[in-house]
Amino acid sequence: MSPNRGDREAILGRVREALREEAPLKHPAERSAGGEPTTAHFREWLPPVGASIEERYALFAKLSESLRTELQLCADMAEVSAAIKKLAEEGAWKTIALHEGELTSALVPAFPAQLSPMVLSKGYDKDQLEACDAGLTECDLLVAQTGSVCVTSKSAGGRVLSVLPPHHIVVARKNQLVTDLSEAYASLASKYRDAYPSMISFITGPSRTGDIERILVLGAHGPKRLTVLLLP
Amino acid sequence: MRVTLFVPCFIDSLYPNVGMSMVHILERLGHTVDFPEEQTCCGQPPFNSGYWEEARSVAVKQLEAFKNAEVVISGSGSCGAMFKVFYPELFHGHPGEAEAKALSAKTWEFSEFLVTKLGVTDLGARFDGRATFHDGCHGLRELGTKQAPRELLRHVKGLELVEMSEAETCCGFGGTFAVKYPQISTAMAEVKCNSICETKADYVISNDSSCLMQIGGWLNRNVGSVKCLHLAEVLASR
Amino acid sequence: MSITAEPPRQQFQSDANRTSTDAPRRAAVRRALSNYQTARDRTGATFTDWKSARASAATIKHEAVNHLDRYLEEFEKKFSARGGKVFWASDSKQARDYILHLAKEKNVRSIVKSKAMTGEEIHLNQALLEEGYGVVESDLGEYIQQLKGEPPYHFVFPCMHLRRDEISDLFQRELGTEKTDSPEELTMIARRVLRRAYVEADMGISGGNFIVADTGMISITENEGNARLTVGLPKIHVALIGIEKVVPCLADLALFLPMLATAGTGQHLTGYNSMYGGPRQPGEIDGPDEFHVVFLDNHRTRLLADPEQRDALHCIRCGACLNVCPIFKNIGGHTYGTTYQGPIGSVITPHFRGLEDWKHLSGASSLCGACTETCPVGIDIHHHLLHNRRNAATQKPAPGEQFLWRAFSFLMKRPALYRLATKFAPLGGMLHPLVQGSPLDPVASWTATREFPAAPAGSFRARFRAHTAAKSAALKKGGVQ
Repeated sequence: MSPNRGDREAILGRVREALREEAPLKHPAERSAGGEPTTAHFREWLPPVGASIEERYALFAKLSESLRTELQLCADMAEVSAAIKKLAEEGAWKTIALHEGELTSALVPAFPAQLSPMVLSKGYDKDQLEACDAGLTECDLLVAQTGSVCVTSKSAGGRVLSVLPPHHIVVARKNQLVTDLSEAYASLASKYRDAYPSMISFITGPSRTGDIERILVLGAHGPKRLTVLLLP
Repeated sequence: MRVTLFVPCFIDSLYPNVGMSMVHILERLGHTVDFPEEQTCCGQPPFNSGYWEEARSVAVKQLEAFKNAEVVISGSGSCGAMFKVFYPELFHGHPGEAEAKALSAKTWEFSEFLVTKLGVTDLGARFDGRATFHDGCHGLRELGTKQAPRELLRHVKGLELVEMSEAETCCGFGGTFAVKYPQISTAMAEVKCNSICETKADYVISNDSSCLMQIGGWLNRNVGSVKCLHLAEVLASR
Repeated sequence: MSITAEPPRQQFQSDANRTSTDAPRRAAVRRALSNYQTARDRTGATFTDWKSARASAATIKHEAVNHLDRYLEEFEKKFSARGGKVFWASDSKQARDYILHLAKEKNVRSIVKSKAMTGEEIHLNQALLEEGYGVVESDLGEYIQQLKGEPPYHFVFPCMHLRRDEISDLFQRELGTEKTDSPEELTMIARRVLRRAYVEADMGISGGNFIVADTGMISITENEGNARLTVGLPKIHVALIGIEKVVPCLADLALFLPMLATAGTGQHLTGYNSMYGGPRQPGEIDGPDEFHVVFLDNHRTRLLADPEQRDALHCIRCGACLNVCPIFKNIGGHTYGTTYQGPIGSVITPHFRGLEDWKHLSGASSLCGACTETCPVGIDIHHHLLHNRRNAATQKPAPGEQFLWRAFSFLMKRPALYRLATKFAPLGGMLHPLVQGSPLDPVASWTATREFPAAPAGSFRARFRAHTAAKSAALKKGGVQ
């Protein structure tokens, strides 16, 4: 055994030995016979979404509601600012953490006076971030089929900005809404090619648990609230 | 049609009326009923216990007994599944494999035979009472029988059929399991029988007598008022 | 789980006898799972074609598991190129030692852990605590079980058996908090305590739901966000994961994530599905400096070597087979005495820990097949229980039982003898003398809780013979007239 890689050769040897006899495929996928990748057909089997952007949006809105994601359509950046201001006042927020980005940075000048921004540009103090009232991020994509927000460590200010503060606000554009996970993965692949960010995360509603008597409670560890502010 | 009956050992000795009801129904429909005397047990008890060699030695005899049958009808979903699903596996790579596959292909569960093979749903039966139907697991999941018995029962005059909350939950019989793990088996029977009692049915009907032995065994000890009947017994009554 | 060193079979038998008559606990478990059933049915129904989706998932896992060497190497290559380290552990000890050594070398002081059944499998927490490392479970259910000093009751819902008042009492005792009967308040208590753990920990340990070969990523599914924090804040991330968890492509997750969620909890998608490909990359503002993936064999290759049951390695640990299992619902998770409870646990544990000691789990099933029906990757779960029974009987037949089945087949392959016997006694009576008074005595076992059917006047074959005779007599009579 090597101290760095462990029992690599022994394990691979056992695997190869074990696989000498073939195992039957008991439930062959009907369409896998033609040599096409099975991924090509996921869409035919998974929950349907609808072809038009309106249908996609309608499903995303419906799922958001059942997930308790607060989805709000905003006509322009002024409406986004107004929405954040309203939330800040309601929650008596003192600090909001955000990352530098085309949309997020543009919002800072319009923050209410009592709300101080914490901009994560390089490193940050964990305690300070933990004490923030909200986290403001952009995202890579929104997924209609599942009502998810897709963030990466590149698009959303690292790994924890979208999950450590108790309220996560996402500002996004409607053209970021894709049909389903298949389209999301294809889109990520063409965007990042071989240089994927170290984290891709599909966030589906605010943090939740059912561990106590299978009763739903929001805000188990991550955000208790998730707000998506959607620009045209 | 010449119809060959497979009457599993425990129906033969404990529930002869189930077999006779099947005979009456099939004869009324104009079929010739045949019962090869050489049949005994399908071999499921040793098979389920892991003693496949012992099971095979019994099963070989059944392959012989039903060799000349055109169709084989089983009054028990479980024993029917033994012929239809498990014989090909039991004989895989052993002498008798071809015969096992042939028997599998011509074996039918009773209700499925009537509805799917013969296209009969109304047997002109009359039975007064409120009843619920229990799906035996082997019939349901190994053979895929779900609608056929209900279709037949819907045409029985005077019968009110109500679904229980957990129709597809196992009653806890499971062959030797029932006596190897009696506490677990009994707990399962209790859950099942509570669902039955909640329907306020007078009768619980099933296409598997082994389940009814378990359900009836628990009900008779603890409740007393709900009666167990095999599907064939209900369909044969007028 | 009993703490005594009883042999597994005895422990199972005595715990099953106790739990299957514990009416309040059984009712609580059933209640908790009835919500699951409703949600799962509702979400499953939104699929255009669940059966094809399932066949496709089975096909993909079949490809992955049957070319495991190739995909593991592909993962390693991609993952290493992005700065990750892969350690291959043959058994529990190698995995534990590596993690302990790493903690020592990096001068780790405190550890936060997200849900990992592999951690339970290798008794990682115990090893870390013995070496003086504080380790906190961050998944709410796991945290509760850790405080209670009990293993998880269910590998997806770790504390589903506990009522809120029991959890409240536990928190009061262990954390000094006020009593409450609100699940929300209880959750917030845990939230407050665990927030400190994430911020202070210098090592985060996770499991992993999928090893993605083509992009060199580990995918983690969770609802609470605790895993996101566990692998986001500490400077070292260790993912301990079974070698069978491979999928070939990142795009395959477009199928597996919705299926795992639907089968596991009845959700369309679980709260957080995150893919991690390496430690912090250049230009990123946070994330661990080091990311170690520990591949765990621990007898998985033994199961892999059995082509008949190899598909048991397709398991994505959704827990659906437990949720529908009438045995699980009546005996509960701890009775199994295994890391992986329920039907799939009964299939794989004999391979992982020895057939002789664990064959009883395969016996303790009515073979109803609800598990197989519900499995999202099409594993023949209940047929594998039959295969385990067969393998056990072949490997080491139980003397009494073998004798019984030999006697049984002796009788059943002699129709004339069988007929003669049925004439004098119903079936039960024929074999009964062989086992009367022994632990195999089926009659005593049956009649302790259930009535036996009354013996009928005559066998079917006797009545059929009479019926045929009467018919031909009537026919003859008709012919004379």
